[in-house]
Amino acid sequence: MSFIKTLMNGEEGLFKGDTLTPMQKMALRFVVIGLVYYGFVVIEGMLMRIFEVTPVSFISQPQFFAIMTAHPLVGIFGSTYSIVFGAFLFLVPFLMKKPLWSIKMANWTLVFVAVGTFVFWFAGFLSHYAPLYTLYWPLPADFNQFSVVGGTFFITGIALVMVGTALFILNIFKTITYTPEGWEKQPSGALLGSALGISGFKNLFRKNKKEHLVSLPVAAIARGTVDMAFNTAIILFTGVLILIYMVGSMLGFDLKTTAIDALLYKNWFWWGLDLIADGLVLIFVAGTWYLLATLITGKKLFMENIARAALLVELVVSWTVWSHHLLSDQAQPGILKVLSGEMVTAFELITQGLAFFITLATLWSARPLKMTNPLKFLLGGLLGFALAVPAGIMQADVGLNRILHNTQWVIGPHVHVAILVGLTMTLYSAIYFLFPILTNGAKMYSQKLVNIHFWCHLIGGIGMGAFMGMAGLKGMLRRSLYVEGEFNTYMVLAALCGTLLLIGFLAFFYNIVMSVGIKGAINIFLPAKLKGKNLLPE
Amino acid sequence: MVDSSVVINGQTLAYTFYCIVIILLMAWFAYMVTKSGTGTFVKPAIFYTFVGFLTVLGVSLHIITYNTIPWAAMDLNRANITPDKTFVITVQDHKFTLPSSKMVVNLNDKVLFDVKSSDLTYGFGLFRKDNSMMFQMQVVPGHRNDILWQFTKAGIYTIRSTEYSGPKGVFMIEKDVVEVVDPNGTIK
Repeated sequence: MSFIKTLMNGEEGLFKGDTLTPMQKMALRFVVIGLVYYGFVVIEGMLMRIFEVTPVSFISQPQFFAIMTAHPLVGIFGSTYSIVFGAFLFLVPFLMKKPLWSIKMANWTLVFVAVGTFVFWFAGFLSHYAPLYTLYWPLPADFNQFSVVGGTFFITGIALVMVGTALFILNIFKTITYTPEGWEKQPSGALLGSALGISGFKNLFRKNKKEHLVSLPVAAIARGTVDMAFNTAIILFTGVLILIYMVGSMLGFDLKTTAIDALLYKNWFWWGLDLIADGLVLIFVAGTWYLLATLITGKKLFMENIARAALLVELVVSWTVWSHHLLSDQAQPGILKVLSGEMVTAFELITQGLAFFITLATLWSARPLKMTNPLKFLLGGLLGFALAVPAGIMQADVGLNRILHNTQWVIGPHVHVAILVGLTMTLYSAIYFLFPILTNGAKMYSQKLVNIHFWCHLIGGIGMGAFMGMAGLKGMLRRSLYVEGEFNTYMVLAALCGTLLLIGFLAFFYNIVMSVGIKGAINIFLPAKLKGKNLLPE
Repeated sequence: MVDSSVVINGQTLAYTFYCIVIILLMAWFAYMVTKSGTGTFVKPAIFYTFVGFLTVLGVSLHIITYNTIPWAAMDLNRANITPDKTFVITVQDHKFTLPSSKMVVNLNDKVLFDVKSSDLTYGFGLFRKDNSMMFQMQVVPGHRNDILWQFTKAGIYTIRSTEYSGPKGVFMIEKDVVEVVDPNGTIK
């Protein structure tokens, strides 16, 4: 087949968009949008890397910080949320063996997330609104440094994403609990109890143990979604609060920023943010590892009941862990620093360690395995968290935090390795696994490109985190600039690793485009010819 | 009290060693899982031992650091310790206002830095000549932000804001404003 033919029609013309069900199209749309935003993040990351080495003239300093503000938010909401939403909106019905509650709502979720992300990204790009994701009070309402109008659009974009997230949450819980038309009445309360771990908890005190009504991956999705619901409420509330100050300023009223206690706000904000970073991410990832391990091996999960209980522990831990972000806040009560900041945080070593061990043990039980694409990316994801979680535990220590807080150590070996290597490689594993299912058997264009994607991503991600970490240990701060090139050696090396990540992504993107073809990619966004709520064509 | 660079070096060694071990372990696993095997589950005893190991590790890490990193205990108990010297510093409009152009400290003195912000959240960090960090804390408006530190190495240090406070915050640097002198010698 000629290059042009493959580019237009996909590898061997196997991908036929007209054969896709509405559910397949919905899931694929999420994945495509998520990957496009991932591309934004990689390019933004490279721009910042270049600027950190040499302040290039086409980026101003305010623009640099605007990019830095949008970068993690586009990564979390535009990319990760999109891919996770698409995968889970497909997988929950698949695992529950019942239709999704509302495909229409799922498609609206995509619209809100995609448009909302673009709005806040574009608002930041134009107006340089840059309080960073920390939004420490009263920085987001500091109108000496930032434009009120730009900020208003920025916050509105975030709010749109949160509305989309709320629709996702509703759809997931309704799908678990509702009774589809023509079905026997479903035990909604019992299903919800099983998904949230209430029935499992009651089993501890029962002689006759009740069976779990939902599978372990669904339980993981449901519990992670609880954290997502709390987080959505907090971000929405915070956004409204900031908007009040912005609208007030536009109307000529300067509201008193001291009316909000800065430390209380900081506690509130980090409590909410940790529901993502130390909550739903870890729970979703553990659930995805378990699902992938059982799908890859075809075997039962090792220590399934312990895994289920650990997910519940992780949920509770995620509600009580936020204080590790405030170990350098001297007004924060010492008891909170030690209990929440240190001790509860240490539980994450245990819960993630369990998930790591259980996944590896399940894979081990099915030896010999073929080193498939999902398996190699799953192992990469496991390694990412094995490196990043201990790095986080180290900085969540009263003594060590004094010399690590806000350095590149935090954002390098911990955050970037966790997200880029741990989370993203897990998502890639799921994408490679779901690709033939969602495309009705389309073939990957090139295995060589998959291998390039894997090695470039793994080495680039770990290498970038490592060099950032080395710079952090030498005193380089995050969210700052060193105009005299004090840390250029590390930043050049980190930029080279960033280039590897970019090459890996381009290899992946090109491979996917050549696999489904441009016609096929466009067809994904056209209305489905098949009707109904079936996951796959009959 | 040991200098914080000693703690950083210890941490670097420990984490690097761990990274090498876990990368090798995963490489070994990836190799072995594709080789012929018996297809049996791991023994539960190994799993429970691993859980026990993680629990001990998670808890003991903080106990060890509390007892070995000298500033950890001093920081949590600083309200009960009388400093040898106190410096009150204010921050406003992205500018530190110092009590004097040079803050001179005697070696081994316990010094309290009391930093107040009247507008935004900032950071307060002390940095060595080679840009490495001695210590830092957050400076939150409307709250007491104080840190007690014992200097065990003579030298000249720079203050820098360690928290993002908008693009203007990048320039919050007061170069060479803290001088630690050895009354019995001279700075090299």
